[in-house]
Amino acid sequence: MPRTKLLALLALFVVGLVLAACAGGAPSAPAASTAPTSAPAAQGGAAAAPTSAPASQAAAPAAAGNVDLDFYYPVAVPGPITQILDKYAADFHKDNPNITVKPVLAGSYQDALTKIQTTVQGGGAPPGLAVLLSTDMWSLIDADAIIPLDQCISTIGGDAYLKDFFPAFMANSQAQGKTWGIPFQRSTPVLYYNKDAFKEAGLDPEKPPKNWDELASMAQKLTKKDANGQVTRWGVQIPSDGFPYWMFQGFAIEAGKNIVGDSPTEVYFNTPEVKRALEFWASLSTKYNVMPPGVIAWATTPNDFTAGKTAMMYHTTGSLTNVLKQAQFPVGVAFMPADKGYGAPTGGGNLYIFKNAPKEKQDAACKFIQFLTSPDRAAQWSIDTGYVATRASAYDTQAMKDLAVKQPQYLVAKDQLQYAQRELGTHAAPQLQQVLGNNIQAVIAGKKTADQAMQDGQAEADRILKQFK
Amino acid sequence: MAASSIARPKTEARARRPRLSWLPYLLILPTLIFVVVFTVWPSLATLYQSLFKANQAVRVPQFIGLGNYVNLVQDPVFLKVLQNTALFVLMTVPLSMALGLAFALLLNQKLRAIGIFRLAIFYPTILPLVSAATIWLFMYTPDYGVVATFLRPLGVRGQNWLGNPDLALWAIIVMTIWKQTGYYMIFYLAGIQNLSQDVFEAAALDGATLWQEIRHITFPLLSATTLFVTTIAVVAGFQMVDQIYIMTQGGPDNASNLLMYHIYETQFRFQDRGEANALTVLLVLILLMFTISNFLWFEGRTTYESD
Amino acid sequence: MNPTRAGRRWSRWLGIAVLCIIAVGWLIPLVWVILVSLRPADLPLREGDILFGSRPTLENYTTAFRIAPFGTYYFNTIFITVGVVVVQIITVTLAGYAFARYTFPGQNVLLFIILLQVLIPFTALVVPNYATIRAMGLFDNRLAIMIPYFGSAFGTLLMRQTFKSVPRELDDASRIDGATWWQTLWHVYLPGGTAALVAFGLSSITYHWNEFLWPLVVTNSERSRPLTVGLAIFTQLGELGAQWPLVSAATLIVVAPLFILFLVFQRQFINSFLRSGLK
Repeated sequence: MPRTKLLALLALFVVGLVLAACAGGAPSAPAASTAPTSAPAAQGGAAAAPTSAPASQAAAPAAAGNVDLDFYYPVAVPGPITQILDKYAADFHKDNPNITVKPVLAGSYQDALTKIQTTVQGGGAPPGLAVLLSTDMWSLIDADAIIPLDQCISTIGGDAYLKDFFPAFMANSQAQGKTWGIPFQRSTPVLYYNKDAFKEAGLDPEKPPKNWDELASMAQKLTKKDANGQVTRWGVQIPSDGFPYWMFQGFAIEAGKNIVGDSPTEVYFNTPEVKRALEFWASLSTKYNVMPPGVIAWATTPNDFTAGKTAMMYHTTGSLTNVLKQAQFPVGVAFMPADKGYGAPTGGGNLYIFKNAPKEKQDAACKFIQFLTSPDRAAQWSIDTGYVATRASAYDTQAMKDLAVKQPQYLVAKDQLQYAQRELGTHAAPQLQQVLGNNIQAVIAGKKTADQAMQDGQAEADRILKQFK
Repeated sequence: MAASSIARPKTEARARRPRLSWLPYLLILPTLIFVVVFTVWPSLATLYQSLFKANQAVRVPQFIGLGNYVNLVQDPVFLKVLQNTALFVLMTVPLSMALGLAFALLLNQKLRAIGIFRLAIFYPTILPLVSAATIWLFMYTPDYGVVATFLRPLGVRGQNWLGNPDLALWAIIVMTIWKQTGYYMIFYLAGIQNLSQDVFEAAALDGATLWQEIRHITFPLLSATTLFVTTIAVVAGFQMVDQIYIMTQGGPDNASNLLMYHIYETQFRFQDRGEANALTVLLVLILLMFTISNFLWFEGRTTYESD
Repeated sequence: MNPTRAGRRWSRWLGIAVLCIIAVGWLIPLVWVILVSLRPADLPLREGDILFGSRPTLENYTTAFRIAPFGTYYFNTIFITVGVVVVQIITVTLAGYAFARYTFPGQNVLLFIILLQVLIPFTALVVPNYATIRAMGLFDNRLAIMIPYFGSAFGTLLMRQTFKSVPRELDDASRIDGATWWQTLWHVYLPGGTAALVAFGLSSITYHWNEFLWPLVVTNSERSRPLTVGLAIFTQLGELGAQWPLVSAATLIVVAPLFILFLVFQRQFINSFLRSGLK
């Protein structure tokens, strides 16, 4: 008697575990109900039936001939991205009734990469499609996570399709003679300036600084102090936390030497041009006193600008929509000032297709890429989010032309692209970005000289990259 | 949850002869399985795997003996992280304990509103560390944060607390003390309330000042509580990671990088599993050494306050 | 007048004054985050102007709910927390009972093995346990967050201690009446052990409601993501800059339920924290 009872108890325990496991894989009904568009409701209903655990996804689509495509995207900017993507997925489903795209918010870019890398490494099923940083390309290749897209591209437009993308964006999308990523949400830093402040300082609001010297001298005129000598308005703010390496690449390219070249195992931190670039950046606060000392927060810089605390700022073009909305003064947008020449890095995310995903998902992903990157949609995406439209033909669409008349600021980033170069996207890119970022911060905080910092950074980078040679 | 507990496994003298000899094993089995799978096995596995090179440069892990440990010792970032962690623990633990004790002494009086005061100091304990860190991230925002607003009249302006390598770790230490003090206060409060009142009445009759009373009676009687709180505080201190993730990601220039966060970034950001395993082994060793020595110290002590 | 007595009264008032200052200081973060969460989103912050502005609004809360699926996160957190605690209560009761009332070969060795969980905190083993979860195929599943906690050394010790205080005679009487072991456990031991179980449960709920690193590591989608991880993602909307009022609202959304629960059950909560340490 006690024996059977005990067994019954243990059985209950096991059943409980199994139930918990099943429930763990159950779809998220509440999510659908919070989304405003009509499509997710249908989505939630559809998802509730077949998919149980993520691991079982291989079996489900084969049965019905339908494909469920998980589409991982990071949120680097707040706002309506979730709704926009849900709507895209619904529109796409209308054209392709056998493909259901499920956009999944995967966290920050860094988190999204981490999750996918480790999924692949653990032999798990990655999503069919994801937006990850363009600089993550080598990390993904090294992890054997992604497939080259040449096959896919040949079915959706071939060379003509590829050539329509801005070459600067393709620099971080191709390697080993293959294309691994399709530019999607891409950005580049630009100079924002307060036209009212320019007028007040006796500067021509239509003539922003064109080179480093002008930047320094104009910033000096724009810097305002109160009776006690306290600065009430800075000349310029260039954020240096978060991802300082990115901002810095602009300076380095302007100075004539990008920190990274064609080789994925080499970086050029320890060069005279790069050191000069770093010295100039630091000198804005140490020598010219036109920028707040120390590390400047990325997050609050746009607020400083719209609140009038700084007359100019370097920030991503992705901030444009928000800045225009919040600023109570006319906002000018210009190229980042030149040294030897203009220059800018590109940034942001590419679309990648994953190797471990079943063939039908890869094919569905390819179709969805075509859909997402169509000129009309690329234009709309740019207008809605502030990202740069990735294709030249997007700028020929009526929507973009209208915008260019109404808010010409949106075109600056695109025009600057002709001077843009490859972003720091070598092997082990996240680690190298951190190494360079740390050393930049050390210089800005006055802990190291530019010379010392770039020597240290180079040594550390070489040590890491040596493993990949 | 408590990271440690006082257990004195004593063999039961008057043991009853079990009716079903396999029953106790079955009863323990579920607990045992989970402990073995998620504590014992991973400890051994991590030790073994720390002997392999496993990062993005190699598709298949390669045996390199103590290579990962050698790399660590030569890595200036690791040394900085150790330093930071030591500073963090040495600052947050004693300070939040001292504050916790002070508040407990202050709160140990008959006053109708005392519950409100206790709540005001204790509530951070209930907040997820992630939420607390998010709130403090805003508080530290240059120029617009509460901290900047309060310090402006004092002439402190334009400080980027979390962006300054000299201040970032301290800013996190302050936030952590705010978060932890209430937790430790509760232990002291209980310790004080368990003390026999007779001693204090006698002391008062003898004309002892309040400070003498605290210094010579309260403190010594609370020493067991202090030891215990030290243990859980130090163990918790070594594992703190949420606020680093939210507030600084270890920066700037690793100024606020702590051991547990470094493990996280090495494994998950840099994908260097070999080195992450070596770091884990070191962390477990540090914790084991600390807990065991503290445990022994506990066992060796004879004065126990109430159970 | 007795100088000591006067000194005491004086220090008592000083103490109360200090308490007031401390309490206010300690409350600033909470009060401020509530005020900021009411600030209109399009009102840029200015130096000194950091509260809710001229027209408080609840729109940040609706926006937060729209941007991120906090409903799902809530469900996941509650599921995880309740699931862990329910299973733990079963396992620790059984194991605690076995260690309290049976003598069997290997008892001390087994107790020591279980004690290892107290000595080696789970967080430190995040790297190898992550590999285990992958190998079990549980990645991005709520069970992955829960399963490592199903056995609790601390709870086992607590219940062992509690059950040991139950008088032998009651146990013997029950068995003489022909009760099975689990009837004895149910009728004789559990009534006295409820307080300990509640205390353990509350501290476990708090821990799992607030846990961050482990769920961050083993989840990947909103299917399984709990509130804490959802909030962390929310604060890292990053590229555009801080959206304070919005993130403040999100923070409060995450904090509110446990906080209200705490206000209602303050005494039990505090007791549970004490037990989780002192016993």
